[in-house]
Amino acid sequence: METPDQIRDRLLARFPGASVAVVANPGPAAQHSLLLGSGEARAMAEFLRDSPGLRLDFCSNVTGVDWLDREVTDVASKTIPDPAGGPPKLVEQRTKRLQPGYLEVVYHLYSVELRHGPVVLRLRTGNRSDRVAVPSLTPVWRSCEFQEREVFDLFGVVFDGHPDLRRILMWDEFKDHPMRKDYVEPDDYEWEPTPHADVLAKARRHYPAAAPAAKEEPAP
Amino acid sequence: MLGTGLLQGLAVTAKNLAGSYHDPKRFVTTQYPEERTKLPEAYRNFPFLVSESTDDLMGTLRCVACQICEKECPPQCIYIEKSKDKKPDASGKMQVYPAVFDIDTAVCMSCQICVEVCPFDAIKMDQIFEIAATDRFTGLLLGREALAKPNAYYHTLHPVDAAEVDDRLATARKAAAAKAAPKPAAAPPQPPVAPSAQAPAPKPAA
Amino acid sequence: MSFSLPSPLESAPGARVRAVRDPFHGDLLEVSMGPHHPSTHGVFRMNVTLDGETVVKLKPVFGYLHRNHEKIGENASYLGSMPYTDRLDYLCSMTNNWAYALAVERLSGQTVPERAEYLRVILAELTRLLNHTCFAGFILQDCGASGTPLMYAFREREKILDLFESLSGSRMMCNFQRFGGCRADATPEWLEAARALVDGYGEFEELLTGNEILMARTQGVGRLPAKLAVGAGITGPMLRASGVGYDLRKVDGYGVYPRLDFRVPVGADGDTYDRYMVRVLEMRESIKILRQALGTLPGGPVMDPKARLRGFRAKPGEVYSRIEGPKGEIGFFLISDGGPNPYRYRVRPPSFINLTVLEDLCLGHSIADTVVILGSIDIVLGEVDR
Repeated sequence: METPDQIRDRLLARFPGASVAVVANPGPAAQHSLLLGSGEARAMAEFLRDSPGLRLDFCSNVTGVDWLDREVTDVASKTIPDPAGGPPKLVEQRTKRLQPGYLEVVYHLYSVELRHGPVVLRLRTGNRSDRVAVPSLTPVWRSCEFQEREVFDLFGVVFDGHPDLRRILMWDEFKDHPMRKDYVEPDDYEWEPTPHADVLAKARRHYPAAAPAAKEEPAP
Repeated sequence: MLGTGLLQGLAVTAKNLAGSYHDPKRFVTTQYPEERTKLPEAYRNFPFLVSESTDDLMGTLRCVACQICEKECPPQCIYIEKSKDKKPDASGKMQVYPAVFDIDTAVCMSCQICVEVCPFDAIKMDQIFEIAATDRFTGLLLGREALAKPNAYYHTLHPVDAAEVDDRLATARKAAAAKAAPKPAAAPPQPPVAPSAQAPAPKPAA
Repeated sequence: MSFSLPSPLESAPGARVRAVRDPFHGDLLEVSMGPHHPSTHGVFRMNVTLDGETVVKLKPVFGYLHRNHEKIGENASYLGSMPYTDRLDYLCSMTNNWAYALAVERLSGQTVPERAEYLRVILAELTRLLNHTCFAGFILQDCGASGTPLMYAFREREKILDLFESLSGSRMMCNFQRFGGCRADATPEWLEAARALVDGYGEFEELLTGNEILMARTQGVGRLPAKLAVGAGITGPMLRASGVGYDLRKVDGYGVYPRLDFRVPVGADGDTYDRYMVRVLEMRESIKILRQALGTLPGGPVMDPKARLRGFRAKPGEVYSRIEGPKGEIGFFLISDGGPNPYRYRVRPPSFINLTVLEDLCLGHSIADTVVILGSIDIVLGEVDR
């Protein structure tokens, strides 16, 4: 089984100019993944499926991940020479910037023929609102059909080239994408006998007059 | 030969039909509710709160309202309010007690996680499964009065576990008493429940 | 000759059955089969377009049992998700527990004591026996043998459920595995009961195998070619019935399976009969595994003493971990950001993905055969809809 770096080099040799990067996984499992650019993703996937050393003919798992906008701090250190002639000073410069969020689709590939795996592929959308399309890999692996529909349904990723892109678990008239991190539950308050804080908050929103009657949370 | 498979299957059916008249292994139906199967000791359904004493259930709850189970409960069916005052627990230490302890059995899925995370052995799994009510909310909401059961009851349900817990608690209390002994001035007041707490279960010399 | 079908039924909510005119094929009939059809194994709907009695198009409709299991998992602590995994495939809670526990153990780099590994294998194989027994009962029910085989199957299943109950406290919602081991240890009496069960398992098969009606209804029905099966991500007994000997117990060798001697049964035709026979043969192999595991069960603790129950956190990272469940590859994909609950919690549901080929299997068969084909895929809606 080749390492992700070797697979990246093979992909780059076959598709010069394509965007392929290895995303490291810091955890003990160390399943590193390959981030593919949307442009050549399908051609690269076909190559992974058919190339003799890999033969990744079995796409086991397809899923989405929602990464929200987050603030990251870049640390750049530079040395400033001391005008008085002493040793140069090392100064750390911290700049904060907003990293825009994106949706990510993760594919876990195995080879039934050669019995190895997993090779993890990632595709990323441009943002979380209007540029949410990635190429569908259903033409390469049929097993993506329902799973990509599920990602479309629950995360709102649009798969270009999917033969039958409809909602699958939610009903067709449903508007939002429930697996997104900023999804707000519909406000369907139901009285519960165990008054936890969020239940109480909902109760106050719905029945402002009756709220004092509800059991109060004990003071923290 | 065509039909042998069918005949072979029918032979099994006939064996079972005849067997159901004399062989208890082939007559597996239990005529519930007149007859009941014996539940295994590990069987669990709905939690209950353990009290040391049979007479004073509310006064001798082991629960100190630490709210760990409320936090860990996956379906969030436990609701606890801490008391404002303190009263002595079984070992005589002044402790907060639960002023309100509700379990919504309509939500509870008997997963036993509250029992596993409880550091005080205060909540244990019951074996009641015939709980029914005519209304969805208050009938299935068990308060502290309905949940509190004596330690003796716990011994009848899970004798092995209960003996182990009693052992552990007795050791811990002895250690606490030994620690408190050198300075008798600061010794906690005698627990009012000590005699009855000893009564229900045969405890090792504690 | 080619013809185009009108828009699918989904566009016309409320219409249960409607006829569609087609100039070449006479009247095509769109039937909404389910969600409350007894043969759909729960609340599952198939929009079937029929030409006479022959299926020309079939679209499965899901989601009637959808509760967004994955969102619940992301909001619950690592431990808090464990009882919810029982409810995925509610016939096989022990293997679901194991799959999830294994994923979290791989995510956090925990180890499991040897006795717990053996106990997990024993419970997983009992689950496989249980699931395949139920499968045989249900597929006979789907063939029209109403009642008797299913009752026999449930009588056998009951014995295994009693074992689960006396070990874990619950018949179906076992919630037994923990990160770093098992929740309770098996007593010698329990092991004795398990041995007795394994030795006395088998009358049920006599009832069915060789039955001419079963053969007539299932042989040659719903052929699944190996190439399509692999491409469509089919796993478990269904893949092996198509002639692909891909069993994660052999391929990944998780747990203590590499130390146990068993074979992987493989079908030849990939039809419904093969899917039945592969499962029957798998039950025999499971009994072999159980005999070995019960015979060589080592002593020692069943829980890693370093394992934490409360306040469990995993280091940042991600893992995809899979095991061979009775229905196929059940996998968990977890992303940890170091917090008390997973950032992303994903279940790879085998019976959901096995349904991908339902339409391919049913085309050209009669409506009565779709029921048998659906039964041979062996789905549980708790897992399909999640």
